[in-house]
Amino acid sequence: MIKSFKNNIKGILIEGLTLSSALLIIAIVVVMFTVIFIGGKDQISWEFLTSFPEDGMTKGGIFPAIYGTALLVILMSVAAVPFGTITAIYLTEYAREESIIAKSIRFAVRTLAVIPSIIYGLFGLGFFIKFVGTSMDNAFLGGQLKWGQPNILWASLTMSLLTLPVVIVSVEEALKTVPRDLRAASLALGATKWQTIWKVVIPGSISGILTGTILAVSRAAGEVAPILFTGVAYYLATLPGSLSDQFMVLGYHIYVMSTQSANVDQTMPIQFGTTLVLLMLTFILNFSAIILRYRIRKKKTN
Amino acid sequence: MSFEKIHTENMTLHYGSKMALNNISISIPEKKVTAFIGPSGCGKSTFLRSLNRMNDLIDGVKIEGKILIDDINIYDKNIDVVTLRKKVGMVFQKSNPFAKSIYENVAYGPRINGVKDKKQLDEIVETALQNAAIWGEVKDRLGDSAMGLSGGQQQRLCIARTLAVNPEIVLMDEPASALDPLSTSKIEELIVQLKEKYTIVIVTHNMQQAARISDLTAFFYLGELIEFDKTKKIFTNPDKKQTEDYITGRFG
Repeated sequence: MIKSFKNNIKGILIEGLTLSSALLIIAIVVVMFTVIFIGGKDQISWEFLTSFPEDGMTKGGIFPAIYGTALLVILMSVAAVPFGTITAIYLTEYAREESIIAKSIRFAVRTLAVIPSIIYGLFGLGFFIKFVGTSMDNAFLGGQLKWGQPNILWASLTMSLLTLPVVIVSVEEALKTVPRDLRAASLALGATKWQTIWKVVIPGSISGILTGTILAVSRAAGEVAPILFTGVAYYLATLPGSLSDQFMVLGYHIYVMSTQSANVDQTMPIQFGTTLVLLMLTFILNFSAIILRYRIRKKKTN
Repeated sequence: MSFEKIHTENMTLHYGSKMALNNISISIPEKKVTAFIGPSGCGKSTFLRSLNRMNDLIDGVKIEGKILIDDINIYDKNIDVVTLRKKVGMVFQKSNPFAKSIYENVAYGPRINGVKDKKQLDEIVETALQNAAIWGEVKDRLGDSAMGLSGGQQQRLCIARTLAVNPEIVLMDEPASALDPLSTSKIEELIVQLKEKYTIVIVTHNMQQAARISDLTAFFYLGELIEFDKTKKIFTNPDKKQTEDYITGRFG
């Protein structure tokens, strides 16, 4: 019954080891934030956020990259949110849980979620640009090159494929929080299935749909690989004005300035500033998604 | 003898391979309160849900035999379930108002039926709330969320919501089982009033409740209809021994 000294030491060591690896995670986050914050905070100014890059991107602001990122995520949402929501509605409201088609859809969604993002980029290049774009050019413009090259439309659509699983899963989860009783009540009043979905189920899960959208936007805002071949540009002197224009993006801008710039050291403050902006953007988006989710869960338990 | 509103003949229901209702034949008269009693799992709720085809929502339910409402077989291939459910309304065990205002809850049914005129909607909502004996309590706060009402009020709101569609039959699945005695007595009073205009079929676990409010009582046991007669007869002098055992509390 006497504690073995050896076992005691072993216990302490194991606990210490697990604790320190857990603490390491905190340390990593703190260091990352601190370094980026200290490096970038002096860079952030109204001027920086609203002006164009100057002098071969060694000076000036990052406005085109912010604008491009915003435009990208908006177009991406316009494609991914309705498509994802409709899919989620099919899965929760129409498909039988164990049917082959529902199982195949779920399998496809899970697969989409684990495909490396660069593969999406290649897919976008092959499918949207080379196939759809070129076909459009041949059919409507007599082969003149307009849609068969990278642009913000193809980039946004490619990005929407990447974020689709996020939307589908969030919306499905939200639809499931609407009690069966309410569907039954609506149907018993003589509502059709679609009326029930439209007037009871969707309004009851609107915050979940919003959460899915925000998560998708935050994912898309930080991704670079899917748009690498499909529309993002190194530098543009003008903002994209049509769907067939190329665009700049925060994530790619960081990459460009830290690897492609003529003078990497000189652009260091801009790199830090851009990184801080991107980080804050995704951080705010994720945080609002967490708050929304928390509210949904609270509502569900009430 | 009053008009037979609901009539079933040799109605049998299976959940997958399990038989839940066996050979039910019953005639339920118009504008009376008919109570279904019996121990849990006897099939009384399942039978109730067959009368507005809510069982259609459950996978693997198979129904044989006839269920006639106004002499029309509601399981015929060309029957529109949506129209049927407007005619045969349902109130559930747990009050289930929508997360909308009191007004919008009652207006839901008329709206899906295409009533758009604000004045007409106002009228329907007021009449339904009055018929459900809740108008006085909510008339000054129709715009408030229905979720803020008490359990008993929510249940009467759900009754109002059902009445707003102007059904002929109202099915009630243990409508007062989750309520306190005061709210229960309000619901019971309401049910007795409602039979002037509607045919009421109510499932209840509470035998006193069945005795108090119903004109006829059907006793279900193990998926079979054991006895169906005037409530007074069922509770004073039932024909079957099983019925007597149940109402005297010897089992169930």
